[in-house]
Amino acid sequence: MTTRIDRRFAALRAESRAGLVTFLTAGDPDAETSLAILRALPQAGADVVELGMPFTDPMADGPAIQASSQRALKTGQTLRKTLAMVRTFRAGDDATPIVLMGYYNPIYIYGVDRFLVDAREAGVDGLIVVDLPPEEDEELCLPALKAGLNFIRLATPTTDDRRLPAVLANTSGFVYYVSITGITGSAAPDTGKVTGAVARIKRHTALPVCVGFGVRTAEHARAIAEGADGVVVGSALVDAVRASLDDEGRATRATVTAVTGLVSALAAGVRGARRVAAE
Amino acid sequence: MTIQQPNSFRTGPDERGHFGIFGGRFVAETLMPLILDLEKAYAEAKADPAFRAEMDGYLSHYVGRPSPLYFAERLTEHLGGAKIYLKREELNHTGSHKVNNVLGQILLARRMGKKRIIAETGAGMHGVATATLCARFGLECIVYMGAVDVERQKPNVFRMQMLGAEVRPVQSGAKTLKDAMNEALRDWVTHVGATFYCIGTVAGPHPYPMMVRDFQSIIGHETREQILAAEARLPDSLVACIGGGSNAMGLFHPFLDDRAVEIYGVEAAGHGLGSGLHAASISGGRPGVLHGNRTYLLMDDDGQIQEAHSISAGLDYPGVGPEHAWLHSVGRATFLSATDDEALAAFRLLSRLEGIIPALESAHAIAKVIELAPMKPKDHLMVVNLSGRGDKDIFSVAEHLGGKL
Ligand SMILES: Cc1ncc(COP(=O)(O)O)c(C=O)c1O
Repeated sequence: MTTRIDRRFAALRAESRAGLVTFLTAGDPDAETSLAILRALPQAGADVVELGMPFTDPMADGPAIQASSQRALKTGQTLRKTLAMVRTFRAGDDATPIVLMGYYNPIYIYGVDRFLVDAREAGVDGLIVVDLPPEEDEELCLPALKAGLNFIRLATPTTDDRRLPAVLANTSGFVYYVSITGITGSAAPDTGKVTGAVARIKRHTALPVCVGFGVRTAEHARAIAEGADGVVVGSALVDAVRASLDDEGRATRATVTAVTGLVSALAAGVRGARRVAAE
Repeated sequence: MTIQQPNSFRTGPDERGHFGIFGGRFVAETLMPLILDLEKAYAEAKADPAFRAEMDGYLSHYVGRPSPLYFAERLTEHLGGAKIYLKREELNHTGSHKVNNVLGQILLARRMGKKRIIAETGAGMHGVATATLCARFGLECIVYMGAVDVERQKPNVFRMQMLGAEVRPVQSGAKTLKDAMNEALRDWVTHVGATFYCIGTVAGPHPYPMMVRDFQSIIGHETREQILAAEARLPDSLVACIGGGSNAMGLFHPFLDDRAVEIYGVEAAGHGLGSGLHAASISGGRPGVLHGNRTYLLMDDDGQIQEAHSISAGLDYPGVGPEHAWLHSVGRATFLSATDDEALAAFRLLSRLEGIIPALESAHAIAKVIELAPMKPKDHLMVVNLSGRGDKDIFSVAEHLGGKL
């Protein structure tokens, strides 16, 4: 079974370039603006879209994504609304993969079986759930795979060669390499180390490897794209949302373009990479 | 309703850290290898008689154990029912039961070669105990504490600083214990190599709930010997307050298979369960996943965690340890709750009748003793865990009572 994610990475491979994976929190700063941003992302150069499901206690996230979750929750974002947002997006775009990213509790409370049905029906392609390591695969990972959704796992610098096979076992779509030990939005990783780590993961899997955490600029995205199949940018985009808001924290006319402008620049960076033996 | 009960209540967790459906290891991948290392190191330490001997030495000479089991004669007389014994954990060095667990974890951290200790704290008692043992063993100590708790537990902030710890006020969320725990987890993810996360209660990912329970079980083991010596029989009931549930689990666990022993956990009802402003996760919440484990949590219909409310910083947490969640689900323990006002009244009563100023946390347990004891016959033996002393609370209690104690 191939998913939109599989097809998108196959197309990127055919173009011999890395993909740009953009993260934004659903409902940030409000449902309407967030949908407008989402719809503008593919045109701006996003190859894969990660949509954050806001949660009150994002334990693995730094201040930027914490604040974006708070903004979204404050304007009434719920998991149900996030799924509705995907459904609306899908009506106009049947190609761009959407990965929902977040924490387990809202999904658990929604009900795993019902969530998987609704997510698939809405047009979701994959899931990243930060607090579900392979040790808890029975909770959501295995049911998700059965339901035809990709379950994308994070590999980190602490995931050594002994542990990698367990992490990769039920992973599909792509592998998300977290380039630092730390929370989102932390200091940028050393590119050389990242390239080495990607190569190490690739010795264990044929899946595409995307790299994230700490990528902020086009230049940096370009450097990472030289050794990876995809570059994930999150905190920088979420910061662009924040910087565009008015004093009361509401969206302005600049909000959508602040994000799409940065996405275009990052996409140019990724597309300008000279790829080194990524295959 | 009849609930299917297991043959023993003391066999959990299973090898994956589950107590029934509760517990587990819901953590980010970065932390997973660390948690597996910890599990292995703890299993080795537990099997090593030298570790036990080292613990015992410090427990008697540094902590001051055993803590007395004290017959509260005037409280008993005043309530006119059950014969009440206080397990005097407030007499431990640092003033609460928290030190029992911290000693175990710090000795384990030393075995693992970890030099940087982080902790979360609510009331500050766990923070003080951690700062104390870090001072004793020359380890770096960083304590995360909600900014609201920094304000209401000032004396403990000064104590931690005096002991050489760095107290980092946490500004996110409701600025209380849950937020401190989030921040400690973020620190741990960031400083994986040298850092040991010393969790203060029977919550978090496996093996913490089990490990902290084991270290705290000395409370119940001593109680068992002491009550047998004093009364030549087991108690009829046990009462303890529940934040995350470590003092309670420490007292309860050795008695779980003595089915005639009634077990009461007391959660914080804040302004009342109906008010929505409380911290009673079992009485007022439902199962969910947070901070590494599945347990009862306060949350809304979207699975967003709600802020807890309690006058007691140590109980002001929207979750509870997974083993308590399980004991509730199988009906082995009964979970009650006490409001802020009931706890304040108990705080005053115990101070006046017994000359013991309890921590506001422990005052919640006393509050339910005030309710339960009169309904029991005079030969009913009731043991309540006096988990900590109230010196830290006198300023905020004075404030709540409008300046007049
Ligand atoms: C004196 C005292 N009792 C009880 C508690 C609650 O914790 P636990 O339920 O883990 O015993 C605390 C926590 O800060 C405390 O300081």
